[in-house]
Amino acid sequence: MSRISDAFQRLRSENRRAFIPYITAGDPDLRLTRELVFEMEMAGAKIIELGIPFSDPLADGPTIQEASQKALRAGTTLEKILSTVEEIRRASDVPIALMTYYNPIFRVGISNFLQQAVDAGVDGIIVPDLPPEEGEELRRTAERIGIDTIFLLAPTSTAERIRLVAEASTGFIYCVSVTGVTGAREKLSGQVRELVARVRRHTNKPLGVGFGISTPDQAAEVARWADGVIVGSAIIKVIRKYEGTPELVPRVGEFVKSLVAAMGNIQTEARG
Amino acid sequence: MKDPTKMPDERGYFGRYGGRFVPETLMPALSELEGAYLEAKSSDDFQQELAYYLQNYAGRPTPLYFAEKLTKALRGPKIYLKREDLLHTGAHKINNTVGQTLLARRMGKKRIIAETGAGQHGVATAAATARFGLECTIYMGQEDIRRQSLNVFRMRLLGAKVVPVSSGSQTLKDAINEAIRDWVTNVANTFYLLGSVVGMHPYPMMVRDFQSVIGREARRQIMEAEGRIPDYIVACVGGGSNAMGIFYPFYDDQTVLIGVEAAGQGLESGLSAAPLIIGTPGILHGTFTYLLQDDDGQVLTAHSVAPGLDYPGVGPEHSWYRDSGRARYVSVTDQEALEAFMLLSETEGIIPALESAHAIAYVKKMAPQLSDKDIVLINLSGRGDKDVNIVAEHLKVKL
Repeated sequence: MSRISDAFQRLRSENRRAFIPYITAGDPDLRLTRELVFEMEMAGAKIIELGIPFSDPLADGPTIQEASQKALRAGTTLEKILSTVEEIRRASDVPIALMTYYNPIFRVGISNFLQQAVDAGVDGIIVPDLPPEEGEELRRTAERIGIDTIFLLAPTSTAERIRLVAEASTGFIYCVSVTGVTGAREKLSGQVRELVARVRRHTNKPLGVGFGISTPDQAAEVARWADGVIVGSAIIKVIRKYEGTPELVPRVGEFVKSLVAAMGNIQTEARG
Repeated sequence: MKDPTKMPDERGYFGRYGGRFVPETLMPALSELEGAYLEAKSSDDFQQELAYYLQNYAGRPTPLYFAEKLTKALRGPKIYLKREDLLHTGAHKINNTVGQTLLARRMGKKRIIAETGAGQHGVATAAATARFGLECTIYMGQEDIRRQSLNVFRMRLLGAKVVPVSSGSQTLKDAINEAIRDWVTNVANTFYLLGSVVGMHPYPMMVRDFQSVIGREARRQIMEAEGRIPDYIVACVGGGSNAMGIFYPFYDDQTVLIGVEAAGQGLESGLSAAPLIIGTPGILHGTFTYLLQDDDGQVLTAHSVAPGLDYPGVGPEHSWYRDSGRARYVSVTDQEALEAFMLLSETEGIIPALESAHAIAYVKKMAPQLSDKDIVLINLSGRGDKDVNIVAEHLKVKL
């Protein structure tokens, strides 16, 4: 069983939820990426999502766009990111999923990319511009190599598409909370709860919810009915605020702790 | 040879190129769009309405003009110009925006979004949406806004909201990213009016179909004028909509199809826009096609003196034509295009768009190898009024 599935199974047996932070690798640099991963794990993160910066991140809002551009300008490459994952692996067993657009995978070669990722210690990949229809080769290769493929669902997904995505996903299914791009939002969209309920009718696989979750209250609300809560832009905003100061890593740790604490104090709803 | 009318396949592929690489949120919308388009395409009502507005609003048919003085000046083949520059708003772009706007109206969408590079597609979109009473938002790179301020003002006069895009390279590719982000967010009530044969299925097919009126007319007109099809058809290629529009109806003919990409300051300079010549296949804006990219799959910034050619990707159908050999793809430099811009202005009294000047520049290069029995048809895709500032700058003339 993969580290990701294992983490969800353990949490489920304890009736707990996974907190899944996202950061862009190399923002502001890869040494800090490594330290942030350790800090977030200590603060209670159960799975880490690491973004590979891309020149044209069309599913991302301004916060992650800026993080990507900063990382690229700092000279971040796939090779350096995978070395950083290797370093993290020497000290930690926290499951790691790479979030990347499809072109960087295709450019390196699907098999080559996935093999290098697995060798470095990556557990899963999330590709926001790859629907299962286009992802057949990636899915088969990932299955052979032993890496989870986490496909996405959105509030606009039809029942037919939910079946397709649920079938293709391993590790967990990423439920996008809004019709929109990534980025912190003041209010949690009402669409997502309905989406999660619709997806549950088709699958028993763990469901992670992301896009737009930025506060402890929102994280607690989502944790009542989803298996995982994914927060990205709100964490990157903390990185921006404390960039260049020694407070950066501890401030991110505190913020993650506040989200995890909120998720721990909830009455979870019956599944199904 | 595969029947071009069967391309793309039902998954949106032209050979190995094309497809639909987009966020899940858009997948249902793209299916809906494809269904609505195929329904409209086979509807007599829709086709009659489209023909009416192309004739009476856009100004079709455009002339096929025998460029006698250019022919004499180049001392080679007989040169004809397909005068898309005479259309309403100044370029072939209006063929597509009228088509898609009528489709949006048919689908009951009230809000239109579009991207623009040079501003030509933005102006054509703003005009069509003004005519049909739809709300219009245009995304345009900050850098392009600076270079094409006249077109920005024209769009605003036509009632469009122009939103500057300051991410990435601040040019066309980033404007498309931003338009896709808007569409992902407002997909329920919004129609994305994409301006070239690029992007995710069904856009490359749909835009090609709307633009192929150019080739259908040109075929009829050259048969009337010469009693035979041309030996060569030459068109500039950025995203490639004017080229595909004129190539497609000649697919089954013996005509040599030549697409001219922008070599910018030279193919080796790192400042060019010729993905079919120096690029490699990859995924950009939802389609698999030739791209300018680095070894890590990061998309590179394109450069051309012609803002409309300044795109690091190209339509997937062109990638397929390239690999299958159906079309040849060549390039000319900024300098050669500027010289051709002057040449056509001086010989024929026609100021071409800098984009279209690339096609003329290539014909100038090939002319010495051809005989006076050969017939060359150039798609003069747009007029150059929008480019006079850029040309003046290059000539060091102060306006």
